[in-house]
Amino acid sequence: MSESLRFTFDVDGGDFTSAGHASVQVKKNLRQLGLSPEVIRRVSIAMYEGEINMVIHAGGGHAEVLVHEDCVEIILDDKGPGIADIEQAMQEGFSTAPDQIRSLGFGAGMGLPNMKRYTDSMEIFSTVGVGTKIVMKVNY
Amino acid sequence: MKICAMQELLEARVLCCEENLGKHVYSACGCDLMSDVLAYVKDQAVLLTGLVNPQVIRTAVMMDMVCVVFVRSKVPTEEMLELARESGIVIMATDKRLYEACGLLYSSGLVGNKTK
Repeated sequence: MSESLRFTFDVDGGDFTSAGHASVQVKKNLRQLGLSPEVIRRVSIAMYEGEINMVIHAGGGHAEVLVHEDCVEIILDDKGPGIADIEQAMQEGFSTAPDQIRSLGFGAGMGLPNMKRYTDSMEIFSTVGVGTKIVMKVNY
Repeated sequence: MKICAMQELLEARVLCCEENLGKHVYSACGCDLMSDVLAYVKDQAVLLTGLVNPQVIRTAVMMDMVCVVFVRSKVPTEEMLELARESGIVIMATDKRLYEACGLLYSSGLVGNKTK
């Protein structure tokens, strides 16, 4: 089996307006690899929401995209405050984002549900005060 | 509906990617909340919004949208237009309000995505 292709990105937590850089780049890279538009769209939307979350809540983080033989895997890692109640955070409409973020079009409690909606599997590992790691897969 | 027909209905100014005015739009979304836009995939859609920041364009890029219309005379920044050019997304601006702009397109046959 050939080794999976890997793209890595540092997500800058300082500036909300620049959030999404990594996702736009991933979309370009996957297009060059010739993956189907449907898979590319699902991967980039899930990653985009994750990237926005890392900027809003965790002051940035690290993103890794692995192109396997049967799926694309997205790993998002941050050293933010962690998620106290994952079940609650997964509910549509639940949000702890500040009002200022809402005025920018996000923070409506749709990020995590959207990430789940567009991926075939999603696992959240989070420890309060330590950080959060999210692993998502989109199958071909 | 072709983008150029939308431009006429909305009396909109084209701000970039004029070469794509002949493209077809099959569904539309009128919204200032980008996460709601991202919640449902639309095929070759147009986004009408009063929100002006680069995330609007990135959302459109992620969704493979073909056109973004800024309502209420909102003007996008040059940085936003540059992002749109990279993906060939037509950007237009209209003086109409969101409700009226959506109504004009809907009554002319461009219906939104049906909720499932």
